Amino acid sequence: MGLNKVVAGADVAIKDIPSGATLMLGGFGLCGIPENCIAALVRRGINELTCISNNAGVDDFGLGLLLQTRQIKKMMSSYVGENAEFERQLLQGELEVDLIPQGTLATRIAMGGWGIPAFFTPAGYGTEIAEGKEIREFNGKKYLMEMGLVSDFSIVKASKGDTLGNLVFEKTTKNFSQAMAKASKITIAEVEELVEPGELDPEEIHVAGIYVHRIFKGSNYEKRIERRTIKK
Amino acid sequence: MALSKEQIAKRIAQELKDGMYVNLGIGIPTLVSNYVPGDIHIMLQSENGLLGMGPYPEEKDIDADLINAGKETVTLLKGGVYFDSAESFGMIRAGKVDLTVLGAMEVSEIGDIANWKIPGKMVKGMGGAMDLVASAKNIIVAMQHTNPKGESKLLPRCTLPLTGVGCVKKVVSDLGVFDVTDDGFVCLEYAPGVSIDEIKAKTAGKLRIADDVKEMVF
Repeated sequence: MGLNKVVAGADVAIKDIPSGATLMLGGFGLCGIPENCIAALVRRGINELTCISNNAGVDDFGLGLLLQTRQIKKMMSSYVGENAEFERQLLQGELEVDLIPQGTLATRIAMGGWGIPAFFTPAGYGTEIAEGKEIREFNGKKYLMEMGLVSDFSIVKASKGDTLGNLVFEKTTKNFSQAMAKASKITIAEVEELVEPGELDPEEIHVAGIYVHRIFKGSNYEKRIERRTIKK
Repeated sequence: MALSKEQIAKRIAQELKDGMYVNLGIGIPTLVSNYVPGDIHIMLQSENGLLGMGPYPEEKDIDADLINAGKETVTLLKGGVYFDSAESFGMIRAGKVDLTVLGAMEVSEIGDIANWKIPGKMVKGMGGAMDLVASAKNIIVAMQHTNPKGESKLLPRCTLPLTGVGCVKKVVSDLGVFDVTDDGFVCLEYAPGVSIDEIKAKTAGKLRIADDVKEMVF
């Protein structure tokens, strides 16, 4: 009620996402991905989704799970290696992909959250991704116009959150999630730890609750590691 | 003898200067961090969102929430900072990162670079490469001088889809060290045991041998 954003769980949080929706899904590789909501999207079975996410998971984890069930129509990503099912669907023409430079993607999302419709970046000037884009010169350097991104739903995973929707992302889980949480009409956050207002240090909140519409405490996090590298 | 990957990395490490902020790409560039001279202090930036990246963790310290842009588990050094990817690329775009080291499939004599796509093969994406090459103040390319077919990767013009234009400043290959200048590639150093003739034969782009060319020293 009121400003309390808490919902019972992942299935409730995503229950009104329709087929054909555009979703931003937080995470970088498998780091900080919304595991509970991805599982709920698989259970709900909606399809024709456009997913904005830096990566597409691996074959049997992350967004790879939604690819297995053919629920994704289009990916907007910067790097989609490491996923054989993705490759198969792409080569078969079953999946569309829009490859976007990583910094451009991150900034398009951030600008969406800031209410800025377009901006100029030098990334990709002189390459095939510049085709069809407006080019402007500032201080002797060429820039491409890129559009801010706003989507129907953002689904992010945060380390901690409170019932008002304030979010804290630990270590490198901020990645794309912090900006995505601000860039959609409806933002859904699953958190490892859910606390009462006042329990988070206001100096350390990364996303203010004003951006977040639904929050719940997730469970059974696998937190799979893509490249387990240890000191030799 | 052409250099090993480790030797290329070791030579690039000589380009590091005290106080630099450096972004190292995947592959040979990552190895550069093993050869940072002991008397200088640099900080490594990884574009997913950390500054002050440390070595790989001990088994007991592995943390799924702490990875680098290559999705490897890493550590954070004292004084290191985490931030989100939009800020990370802001840092890169605004020229705060002093040096970027990355791999390439092709480099042209005018400093163009191609390293993300081979038409007809699976395209995995450019990741952060286009952003990095468009904005880094100084870009060193670490790569083999020729491709597996023995063809030069230092070309008059790139044949593969470009990652960025006119951005590469220096190439360290298994055969030598080359500046990219308005006058094409300039060979500054040759690898021990590699002849100038071999370098000339394997460089398709415009090449000048520096008057004071010398053998590489480690």
